[in-house]
Amino acid sequence: MLYREAGQFKSSYAADQQLFPILQDRVGVLLLLAVAFGVVPLVAGEYWFSAILIPFLIFSLAALGLNILTGYAGQLSLGSAAFMAVGAYAAYNFQLRVDGIPILLSFIGAGLTAAGVGIVFGLPSLWIKGFYLAVATLAAQFFIVWCLTKFPWFSNYSSSGVISAQKVVILGHTFASPREKYLLVLGIVTVLALMAKNLVRSSTGRAWMAVRDMDVAAEVIGIRLLPTKLLAFAVSSFYCGVAGALYAFCYLGSVEPDGFSLDMSFRILFMIIIGGMGSILGSFLGAAFILLLPILLDIVLPWLAGLFGLPFSNATVSHIQILVFGTLIMFFLIVEPHGLARLWQIGKEKLRLWPFPH
Amino acid sequence: MRFFLEVLISGLLSGVMYSLVALGFVLIYKASGVFNFAQGAMVYLAALSVVGVMEKGAPLWLAVIVAFIVMTLFGIATEKFVLRKLVNQPPIALFMATIGLAFFIEGLAPMVFGSDPRALDIGIVDEPIEAILNRWGMVISKFDLAAAAIAAVLVTSLALFFQYTRIGRALRAVADDHQAALSIGIPLQHIWAIVWGVAGFVALVAGMLWGARNGVQFALTFTALKALPVLIIGGFTSVPGAIVGGLIIGASEKLAEIYLPPLMQSAFGGNFGGIEGWFPYVLALGFLLVRPEGLFGEKHIDRV
Repeated sequence: MLYREAGQFKSSYAADQQLFPILQDRVGVLLLLAVAFGVVPLVAGEYWFSAILIPFLIFSLAALGLNILTGYAGQLSLGSAAFMAVGAYAAYNFQLRVDGIPILLSFIGAGLTAAGVGIVFGLPSLWIKGFYLAVATLAAQFFIVWCLTKFPWFSNYSSSGVISAQKVVILGHTFASPREKYLLVLGIVTVLALMAKNLVRSSTGRAWMAVRDMDVAAEVIGIRLLPTKLLAFAVSSFYCGVAGALYAFCYLGSVEPDGFSLDMSFRILFMIIIGGMGSILGSFLGAAFILLLPILLDIVLPWLAGLFGLPFSNATVSHIQILVFGTLIMFFLIVEPHGLARLWQIGKEKLRLWPFPH
Repeated sequence: MRFFLEVLISGLLSGVMYSLVALGFVLIYKASGVFNFAQGAMVYLAALSVVGVMEKGAPLWLAVIVAFIVMTLFGIATEKFVLRKLVNQPPIALFMATIGLAFFIEGLAPMVFGSDPRALDIGIVDEPIEAILNRWGMVISKFDLAAAAIAAVLVTSLALFFQYTRIGRALRAVADDHQAALSIGIPLQHIWAIVWGVAGFVALVAGMLWGARNGVQFALTFTALKALPVLIIGGFTSVPGAIVGGLIIGASEKLAEIYLPPLMQSAFGGNFGGIEGWFPYVLALGFLLVRPEGLFGEKHIDRV
């Protein structure tokens, strides 16, 4: 009843090709943005900003990056955390070594640096695919983290490679409080997400999906594999790089290479599996799910243990967390390989007919 | 030169341990086309269950039997509840499912058997062989040599099992062509269950050796990641490939760890230890560019 496109006629090409063709979607997205930019900063507390909202947005961005590579272009990567590390260290070094560079420019530079590194490690993707490529990206994961630890230049000769991000200053205004940082991150993520949404429906995005579905067939219909795959690596790493820079500058403040571990790469991979591969929305849903689940378990498990009078320790919580992650991954792959995004889509289909059965 | 030989031999012998883990990967990959990322976690589970049962006061042999039963049941359950439901999914989905499986084990095993690192004593001491030490002055561990012997026995018996038994023939048939095997009446699902059982057994052997060497701890799952470059070098479908690949990785990473840091230090300054951590992967990456199917793998031909 409420959600249907009947009667919305397009009278120009521009109207036909807009990002959200259905009026209700447009209103929904605008409302969501209005709430995120206008209402949330007024009502949310310090804890919400620094422990939930900022990491959620940053990991959404990283998941978005991985989703472009794995979900759209079909190239599995286990090294997304390493590309985040490249972004974080690149942004730090741009701020440190280039006099008076605006912070946003160094974020972009961080993304571009990560993209460059991504292209290098994406080169083997022409010869190899599937889990062979997964091992190649494992090489990126271990090698990059090792480089950042061992070459002291990257961390400006600090001990064990720890860097402390500089202040975030834009046009003379310092973004210091969690609320301001939240708004900055939200702004960047919104812009990049809309860009991604646009990109994946363009000819580039269609080429990626063709390569994902069957690369030999894609080649036969005239898609050049190497540029297409490398572009996917570059764009994906760009997103991960910017996410890494934000992770250092707006979330943690000081980071070390070992923080960008294989475990973090897996976490980002889980986000897109659970959220939905090949879906922009799914990246956000997955990030929210993976970040909120441990917090939920932290609250629920002690309560449950108390209810049944079981012995209980913090180590058990972390084991149960890992166990639940693993189970959920298998569950989603078996039951709903397209993830939470697909559930949302099914919901929309239902909403279209509601309250009628057909 | 003596030092070089010593490093080389100890590298080769530790490579045998990588081969053992890689062997489990190869078995499952050959029979079901699943790239089992959880093999490392299975090694951890096997080692933990041996230690866990021994802590309850059981002797070693009983603990090994219990662990073997655990691994077999676990393999059958995996086949039944996870892989059978994912038939006809793209291989990448199966791969990701085994990542989920790895996390499942890494969460469950320490909850059942306890998570603190423990020593595992299987009756072989880790000390240099005196005869060689006196004669040539080289340090070669008894333990490494025993591990190599065990690996050799394991590989030989597996090869015999594959070659001469009825089940082995069925396994090879399934590995060759699922549909053809089905159509001549080989029960595919039984075969897969058996393969997972055998992979569990290999994981048990690997887990006991690794556990006796480095202690039973969570880090076992990381060492098992090193089996991935071994596979790439050896080829995914070849048992001898897993052995040769393991030897290459073991030797080259030890040599790199000893000889590269001084070179890099003189070039850049600073401290460059820990090359072992990434060297196998980069070596495998380089190898992929030259010979994507590995040393002994089958050449992959795409059909449209």
